[in-house]
Amino acid sequence: MGKFQLITKGLIKENPTFVLLLGMCPTLATTTSAINGMSMGLATLFVLVLSNMAISLIAPYIPDKVRIPSYIVVIATFVTLLQFVMQAYVPDIYETLGLFIPLIVVNCIVLGRAEAFANKNGVVDSALDGIGIGLGFTLSLTVLGLVREILGSGSMFGWKFIEGDGILAFVLAPGAFLALGYLIVIFRKLTTK
Amino acid sequence: MAVQSSFKNMTVCLFAICIVCSSLLAGVYALTKAPIDAAAAAKNEAAIKEVLPETAVTIEEERTVDFEGASYAYNLAYDEAGNTVGCAINVAPVGFGGPISIKVGFDASGVIWNTKVLSQAETPGLGAKCVEASFSEQFKGFDPAQKKLAVKKDGGDVDAITASTITSRAYADGVALAVKVFQAIAQTPMPLNE
Amino acid sequence: MEYILIIISAIFVNNILLSQFLGVCPFLGVSNKLSTATGMSMAVCFVITLATVVTFLLNSLLAKFGLEFLQTISFILVIAALVQMVEIVLKKISPALYASLGIFLPLITTNCAVLGVALTVVQKSSPFASAADGMFNLGEATIYAFATSLGFGLAMVLFAGLREQLALNEVPKAFKGIPIALVTASILAMAFMGFSGLV
Repeated sequence: MGKFQLITKGLIKENPTFVLLLGMCPTLATTTSAINGMSMGLATLFVLVLSNMAISLIAPYIPDKVRIPSYIVVIATFVTLLQFVMQAYVPDIYETLGLFIPLIVVNCIVLGRAEAFANKNGVVDSALDGIGIGLGFTLSLTVLGLVREILGSGSMFGWKFIEGDGILAFVLAPGAFLALGYLIVIFRKLTTK
Repeated sequence: MAVQSSFKNMTVCLFAICIVCSSLLAGVYALTKAPIDAAAAAKNEAAIKEVLPETAVTIEEERTVDFEGASYAYNLAYDEAGNTVGCAINVAPVGFGGPISIKVGFDASGVIWNTKVLSQAETPGLGAKCVEASFSEQFKGFDPAQKKLAVKKDGGDVDAITASTITSRAYADGVALAVKVFQAIAQTPMPLNE
Repeated sequence: MEYILIIISAIFVNNILLSQFLGVCPFLGVSNKLSTATGMSMAVCFVITLATVVTFLLNSLLAKFGLEFLQTISFILVIAALVQMVEIVLKKISPALYASLGIFLPLITTNCAVLGVALTVVQKSSPFASAADGMFNLGEATIYAFATSLGFGLAMVLFAGLREQLALNEVPKAFKGIPIALVTASILAMAFMGFSGLV
């Protein structure tokens, strides 16, 4: 696979949200607005790239049976790093995403990429893979957030284009499930032509 | 994989990873602690400025007051001449998704100047609207001696957020509590401005 | 805080799956059949309650030494170890229970509901909130964790029942599988929103 393909496959062919259906919890919970979705996606991207690189470096030295716990420790370290950095420099976003920042540890995408790709490939490829999948995740979350924001609050990226409230249900839990369901359908329709 | 899964290898490997990771974290924690505290302090200070009259130029160090068995943090503020012009009190009533931390500012006569949410975990789209001006604006210049601090549903004068009575009620209760705390502070002999 | 209030709020009003979105992966993944959904719910219930108690105690230990920054990393390690241990113990003392829960146990480590509840409880019991309200002691934390996992089970079993019915119906091709499940979940979440006036 070429280097370029490593990055682009995460966007459509192996899109983590719409095709692989991974990392559903943050996908549904943090996409109340486009900005929130994008922030969550970028936070995951950060952890994904670093943990992929670190794991591809240390994988040859780890006994097979303790590989999963080792990966989890590595991932948890980067997540905690991210927590510190966000608390220090973007405290508002950190507060909005709240619990879901530490929960990146148990996001199946991150551990999944470590297990499926990073431990068999070199540092550069693993980093590119992390960027690709991370971008795909960010893109999906932004789109989902945007749809929910437009329908639910009548605004786009915080810019309000109608007065008053939108369809409130789209900001709440039912709308999250519904919007994601329909986006997957649309995504399938577009990609299976 | 070149390394065998012997007991010794596994123990050494996991141990080494844990040591490296926790020392890395300890290092970064020490590095980012200052900026994190600075960010929190800056936020707090900005909130104090926002809830107090513009004439407040000197903001005193945070003090605490005990009221009905709990302790509340507050800051007194003075104008250029050194007169007390306001007081900002922290309260944290429990809303729908946990405590809502609010800073309530009073002018010297006990009228609410402004309120500001420091942190909250209310439902986005519903209770989380308590941070928006459309809700918090109504507390500006709210005189607790004239009007009642409770949502209209409970016979008060606060307009609740649509479909978020619990949050609105908590907010109103929190501000009402701050009023009581303010009165308690006002009754104790005012600390001199040294 | 009264126990009843905690229980009702955790099961119905703030249902972990349908309003907090924790543990959605197993919710969508293993809800095809009622029997697997029940097994998964029981395993999750067991692990969440146990993990919350252990992490609650661990957190006071961390706080004592000023090591709160190791929270995430130590919690996930403890949970992973706990799940392994439960698996081994269960295999030894109750092979029957192991046979029904066993296959779900390894999946639970990466179920964000477990870490999510552990972190929520610790946050709710942290001394940073000023007044005495809204904070948990060990007993309340345990009750909260147990009730939350009951809520998980309830949503899971209801959803699996719906999906079993759904499997018998014709759905448009693009909706097959997860999309129709998500739409169903949306309707279920709407039903649960009706509880929001309870507490």
